[in-house]
Amino acid sequence: MGVTLAAALGFITVASTTSTEQSGLFRHLLPLFTNKTGIEVRVVAVGTGQALDIGRRGDADVVFVHDKSSEEALVAQGYFLDRKDVMYNDFVLVGPKHDPANAAGKDAVAAFRRIFEAKAPFVSRADRSGTHAAELRIWQLAGVGVPKGPWYRETGAGMGPALNTASAMNAYILADRGTWLSFRNRGELVILSSGDPRLFNQYGVMLVNPARNPHVKQDLARAFMNWLVSEEGQAAIAAYRIDGEQLFFPNAVQARKSSLVPASVMTTARTSSSPL
Amino acid sequence: MSAGAILPLRLEDVVYAARGDPIINSVSLEIGAGPSTIILGANGAGKSVLMRLMHGLLAPTAGRVAWNESDPRSVRRRQAMVFQRPVMLRRSALANVVYALALARVPAAERHRQALEALGEVGLRHLAHRPARVLSGGEQQRLALARAWALHPEVLFLDEPTASLDPGATREVETIIKAFDAAGTKIVMATHNLGQARRLGDEVIYLQAGRMIERSPVERFFLQPATPEAAAFIKGELPWA
Amino acid sequence: MLAVIEEGLRRVFALDFELWNIVFLSLEVSLSAVLIASLLGLPLGAMIAVGRFPGRQAVIVVLNALMGLPPVVVGLLVYLLLSRAGPLGPLGLLFTPTAMVIAQTVLILPIIAALSRQALEDAWREYREQLRSLGAEGLRAALTLVWDARFALVTTVLAGLGRASAEVGAVMIVGGNIDGVTRVMTTAIALETSKGDLPLALGLGFVLLTIVLALNTAAQLVKEAAMRRYG
Repeated sequence: MGVTLAAALGFITVASTTSTEQSGLFRHLLPLFTNKTGIEVRVVAVGTGQALDIGRRGDADVVFVHDKSSEEALVAQGYFLDRKDVMYNDFVLVGPKHDPANAAGKDAVAAFRRIFEAKAPFVSRADRSGTHAAELRIWQLAGVGVPKGPWYRETGAGMGPALNTASAMNAYILADRGTWLSFRNRGELVILSSGDPRLFNQYGVMLVNPARNPHVKQDLARAFMNWLVSEEGQAAIAAYRIDGEQLFFPNAVQARKSSLVPASVMTTARTSSSPL
Repeated sequence: MSAGAILPLRLEDVVYAARGDPIINSVSLEIGAGPSTIILGANGAGKSVLMRLMHGLLAPTAGRVAWNESDPRSVRRRQAMVFQRPVMLRRSALANVVYALALARVPAAERHRQALEALGEVGLRHLAHRPARVLSGGEQQRLALARAWALHPEVLFLDEPTASLDPGATREVETIIKAFDAAGTKIVMATHNLGQARRLGDEVIYLQAGRMIERSPVERFFLQPATPEAAAFIKGELPWA
Repeated sequence: MLAVIEEGLRRVFALDFELWNIVFLSLEVSLSAVLIASLLGLPLGAMIAVGRFPGRQAVIVVLNALMGLPPVVVGLLVYLLLSRAGPLGPLGLLFTPTAMVIAQTVLILPIIAALSRQALEDAWREYREQLRSLGAEGLRAALTLVWDARFALVTTVLAGLGRASAEVGAVMIVGGNIDGVTRVMTTAIALETSKGDLPLALGLGFVLLTIVLALNTAAQLVKEAAMRRYG
């Protein structure tokens, strides 16, 4: 383990989501950063809501989640600073392969509407996570409002446990592609809809406001954030694959060279990859 | 060694009642230094309760238990009690005696030596490092006496000390009690064994239904009991007398 | 199901260094918690067993009830205590193994105190008169009682250890399940289960069970040998 700067500068605490950790992204990414800078990164992986709460309380130095509107609201309230876009992945609509609601297809909103009309079992995370927020947005777009009924199962669980439940019930569920790819208990579930731009899931990183929390390790934290959006960090994100498939697409605004992958490429990448 | 002697002990109209039932029913007496005192009575007469009232393990419901000395710590330290069943800690015989010495604030450097000496007095020196609880009943009772001996008490209370022992062990224990007496310790012993009372006692206090019925020197008590109750008791215990 | 277990065990042993880290941390956290909780809880249980004071029955009832404290509630309370936004924030203990030890100690302290109180109250009946006759009162008598009843109390301590090594709620919240820093066996099992990797979760579960079984067996053997020797 080569460390180019002075040995072990210390560590930062990053509150992030289960999807980033469980997909294995951090296992791949963080050693690269630590090797280069000597800064250890400790990740507390919880739901987006809890991660934001940890940041608000000052129990972490950096928050790295995927709920842009909440993040920006909290920045406006002064809890966080310097929010940057880092990468995106997408959600996929997963369901039983015999597809009772006939949801399969490119149009995610239409798929949701068909599930609602068929009253087919649907598992929701219902836990204030980024995934949950995205799910609710699509129900809105589908004209359903907030779903209710025995077919709509609110579990209040993380992505993995919710997938376990959906697998056991043969229900539909919205999942982030990363967790889905590393999920091993699929049962009869397959991807039925993906690639719709409305399934796009933006990740952002931000600093816990040092003015409110003087103990925050500003310099080390900023080093991490800057690395994530740098050419090197963005390339590392793009290089992460599961079964040959890229999970996360870097899109930091700090565009220096052509190593950034523009949004339009995502659709190309999606259609040319083998379906799961 | 602290200030004055704690004897004489005075009981003034002492009553002990549990749940309204008087076990000790107004006893007044004075225990002075010197002659060994036997508390005699049938089972249920209240001997054990009287012993515990005197030793301070029980507080009287009414009346007073007063020693000559007012400092309670002094009073505690200058007495010791041996129970019918010895209670030993899960440590070696020696360690049990050392424990008592530590509680009595004997300096640490002295404890080991004094404990060994006490074990020698009762003939248990060779078992000093044996775990106390694996010793026989008789050996444990001798150990209890060694523990008491090490404290050099002014008063030694004994509550039926040989009731659970075989004759051989009983003899050994009685020998040690006589040695205590000879060394100047005041003996106060409860027993229902008349032979033992005669062997070890100088005076007898006869208790019946929580009252002191008679108190006399030991030989006169047995040859010419002053009260009919005492006479009946002796007859009952020794029908051939 | 057997195949799942077999695969799980195979993969568990392939984890090598990482697995041993997790195992050692689990042992470190739970054994530390048991040690501290015993040092505090055994004398506490003994004092309650030996003492006579107003409200004693109420104290016993509350102590017994606290045995059933849900781990996740303890975790939440300790989290709020140690959070930067909380009273002990400046200590910076959140998301460290120390926080996990604190949470588990709080969790098992009532168990050790309540169970030892029960065991020692029975023992006290045997020792009470003799100890008081010798002049041992209060704390001194309580400590003597604890040491003398030490073999019977092994079971109490094992009960605390069992609870600590089995719980996931408290250590998850105050530790954060940080890879390489605060990940213990139970939180690792929870993580692998939520990832749907059931074979690995099961494999880890078996390792945990084996370790707990080994600890219990060792304690039982020591207890029996000592009882034979000391009587």
